[in-house]
Amino acid sequence: MFTYLFIVQTLNGLQFGVLLFLIAAGLTLVFGVMNFINLAHGVQYMLGAYLAVMFYAMTGSMLLALVFALLASLAVGLFLEFVIFRHLYDRDHLDQVIATFGIILFLDQAVKYVWGAAPLSLPIPDMFSGSVVLMPGLIYPIWRLVIIGSGIAVALLLYVLVSRTRFGMLVRAGANNAPMVSALGVNIRRLFMIVFGFGTMLAGFAGIMIAPILSVQPGMGDTILILAFVVIVIGGIGSIRGTFIAALLIGLADTLGRSFAVDFLRLFMAPSPAQVVGPAIASMLIYLMMALVLYFRPTGLFPPKGR
Amino acid sequence: MQRVFMPVAAIAALALVTTGANAQDKLKIGLVATLSGPPAVLGQQMRNGFELAVKHLGGKLGGREVEVIVQDDGLKPDVAVSKAKALVERDKVDFVVGPIFSNILQAIFKPVTGAGVILISPNAGTSNFAGKQCNPNFFVTSYQNDQAFGVPGQYAQDAGIKSMFLIAPNYQAGRDAVAGVKSFYKGKIVGEDFVPLGQLDYSAELSKIAATKPDAIYVFLPGGMGINFVKQFRQAGLADKVKFLSSFTVDESTLPAQRDAALGFLGGANWAPDLDNPQNKKFVADYVKAYHAVPATYAFQAYDAALLIDGALKLTKGSTADKKALQAALKKANFVSLRGSFKFNNNQYPIQDFYMTKVVKTADGMYETAIFKKVFSNYGDTYAKDCPMK
Amino acid sequence: MMFVAFALFPIAATFGAEAYLIDLFRRIMIFAIAALALDLLVGYGALVSFGHAAFIGIGAYAVGILAASNVSDMIISLPLAIGAAALFAYLTGTICLRTRGVYFIMITLAFGQMAYFFAGSLAPYGGDDGLTLAMRSTLLGFAPFKHDLLFYYIVLGCLVGCYWLCRALVISRFGRVFRGARENPTRMAALGFDVFRYQLTAYTISGALGGLAGFLLANATDFVSPAYMSWHRSGELIVMIILGGIGNLNGAIVGTVAFLLLGEWLSDLTENWEMIFGPLLVVIILLARGGLLGLAAQMAAWYRRENILSVGDFIAAVGRYLRQLARRTIKSTLQTSRSRSRG
Repeated sequence: MFTYLFIVQTLNGLQFGVLLFLIAAGLTLVFGVMNFINLAHGVQYMLGAYLAVMFYAMTGSMLLALVFALLASLAVGLFLEFVIFRHLYDRDHLDQVIATFGIILFLDQAVKYVWGAAPLSLPIPDMFSGSVVLMPGLIYPIWRLVIIGSGIAVALLLYVLVSRTRFGMLVRAGANNAPMVSALGVNIRRLFMIVFGFGTMLAGFAGIMIAPILSVQPGMGDTILILAFVVIVIGGIGSIRGTFIAALLIGLADTLGRSFAVDFLRLFMAPSPAQVVGPAIASMLIYLMMALVLYFRPTGLFPPKGR
Repeated sequence: MQRVFMPVAAIAALALVTTGANAQDKLKIGLVATLSGPPAVLGQQMRNGFELAVKHLGGKLGGREVEVIVQDDGLKPDVAVSKAKALVERDKVDFVVGPIFSNILQAIFKPVTGAGVILISPNAGTSNFAGKQCNPNFFVTSYQNDQAFGVPGQYAQDAGIKSMFLIAPNYQAGRDAVAGVKSFYKGKIVGEDFVPLGQLDYSAELSKIAATKPDAIYVFLPGGMGINFVKQFRQAGLADKVKFLSSFTVDESTLPAQRDAALGFLGGANWAPDLDNPQNKKFVADYVKAYHAVPATYAFQAYDAALLIDGALKLTKGSTADKKALQAALKKANFVSLRGSFKFNNNQYPIQDFYMTKVVKTADGMYETAIFKKVFSNYGDTYAKDCPMK
Repeated sequence: MMFVAFALFPIAATFGAEAYLIDLFRRIMIFAIAALALDLLVGYGALVSFGHAAFIGIGAYAVGILAASNVSDMIISLPLAIGAAALFAYLTGTICLRTRGVYFIMITLAFGQMAYFFAGSLAPYGGDDGLTLAMRSTLLGFAPFKHDLLFYYIVLGCLVGCYWLCRALVISRFGRVFRGARENPTRMAALGFDVFRYQLTAYTISGALGGLAGFLLANATDFVSPAYMSWHRSGELIVMIILGGIGNLNGAIVGTVAFLLLGEWLSDLTENWEMIFGPLLVVIILLARGGLLGLAAQMAAWYRRENILSVGDFIAAVGRYLRQLARRTIKSTLQTSRSRSRG
């Protein structure tokens, strides 16, 4: 029983980690390359989910909904970049925080205004609905495996893109020293725009993929945004590899902590205090981890070189 | 630089001051509801239900013109206190109706009842205000939480369900829920899981359920948690094998997202949209027409709160001046509730019937709960005996 | 000037018999104390704490837990509230101050969240639901918080005291070193100052002031809740001080007043007030450097420059400004396709 539970929860942890990675990857790129704190990244995840629900209702096809929702998230991201964010790149971090916070307030409310406050949902595409038997007695929903798979695929794609292409070279260079890159004659504004659009699309993709499992509701991006920040800080800002590892670490720690903290504490203490202390510790676990990591490595696990 | 801002503050203050003066003869009712953040849908149901009642009564309660002032508590206790004080002291309301959540109730209870204003809760019904801390200025039109938790337990006992698995969030109400079920259900309990509040992923619990093969599960997972659990329970293929009993997990506020996944699932409630009386039929039909959604208990309990005020004011001839007389009039519950049988206990919480409800799909493609079986008749809560009020 | 406005406010308010406004402004001043404490760190030390609500919460819980054990005298509860917050600040500060920049923001968030979840697990004290205060704090048998107006002036007194304290700190030798460490910690260290100790002291003082705000907030709302510590609250405090203009203690107060009043006023107007409030924040930041105080200074300079004497002058000047703004915006947006080497 315990082994099965452990395997299932490990898979869940992986799935959560992959989701965090999809969101955090865009955040860390935008932060690392443009030195821009984008709090509005979380609402772009939410928007992705809402757009997928809307396009699914319009087209009735999950694939079309995915494509349209991705394009629409990209369009919204580029629009925001064009109208607002562009004017904030050379501003103080704190100015960026408050402006993007304003955008969160607006979009959270706008989503409620347009689609209503009631939670919405998206069905799992027929092809991937149901569960598979991984081992005798161990069933696991297919869609979650799809999420894990697509997340890892995106991670690989990003790895190739960043480490093997010219674009990736510029991104890495930008993360280390943006003014120098621009002094070398690269159109840094265009690079920024591409990075930004890409990051937005990844957040939107995460929102679309999770919509069949979780309820789609206003404010769903706010909590996940904080977790994404935890991830990029643990990983080291600007590092895709660090973000990937940190995301899986956080995903696993959070999921396993939540399910086993009480049982674990029971080894040391009476059941009833364990029942009270366990959940509190489980909720704190990722923050404890972050504090520990930053205590020993004040710039995260994999800080980009040259900073 | 400091000087520049004084006028701005003064103007803003003035703007706030001037909004106070209004006609004296109107009956003023303050509504405190959570209208922002994820649970906003519950607050909207409550507001809509109350406003619909006022509309049905021709804009008058007890013969007096009504002005309803809606305040959003944002699910922040200190903001709620400020808003409640605004209603009591600025707007001089005669009644405060609200809130949705019990932590907000704890926060606004003292500022409202302490100022001698009547507080009517159309949803939150905590145990502390039902027992020793009961208050003549406090009325509840919903239920005491434990009553609702007992319903599925009694039903499981009556239906001869042999084994059950219980799941609830790890906080006070969650523990109350599990205790409530256990106090009525004497069969075998094969598992008991307290999940962290706000957990979104239930595959571990679902694996456990699949492994222990219970006859039924009891679920108390309100809001977004319930939406996710129901979807994942159906996806895991357990819905056909295990009977689904619940409290506050499948209702009209969550069904638009749960849809087919929740069909046939059971919940304990004090009302359902199909309850057969003409008044209720009109309420449901008009609600659907006006707000394009099926009303949930939040809406109907707020509707009843308005009827309660109307009935009491008819007894006092529209006067709210004599508080003692007003309290006595309210306590008589001089109205016909949408749920049928209704009266107040000595602690001013309701004595009422409880049902098991079942999720059905209506002819026009909406999802709602329908009465399945009556479980309790004229049922009061157990804390009333600790309440010193007679 | 601001304090005089606060002091005179109740007299104006009593004309409208608006006891509620006293309550609102009392709450605003309480948050202004917390904002001052935060501005001390952010504005003068570039230490952006994203966990400041924890100090408020700790102060509030000190009052709540003592009241639940029938201790309501502030001779005990006030020092304990401030002391507990200061101790928490001191302990977490020794860890947090090892990091810089965004890492500092996130590690303070981490401790704030830990405090939040801890409070939520305090089942005997209400857990997630919070705890109603049986009675407000007393002072040797007197009940100074019982009278709303007296309470109001006590809060105002605390605010003035905190303002004065922060101001004195900032201009003192201690403050000069602390500010110097913001610009260049290495140089300050080279000059022989133990930068870490200075920052830790400032962080502890700031936490203590947060505890004071929590003490007052618990009494003002008769209620204590984990919600007082959530990261939303910490975020709002940061937004308040940036909105007012950081690095200026007046800015912290102006920002708090503006943020809370605007929110209060807009939410009375429409349920979708955040759809107005959000863009307003964006516009203020895009137009002004240095928050509202910066905006006011820019406005004043603009008035002088454009030599505005009448309404007609004003409209003409606004027209000119808008034309300029449009031209600038179009230019900068088009830069993407043109400029090759601008950073």
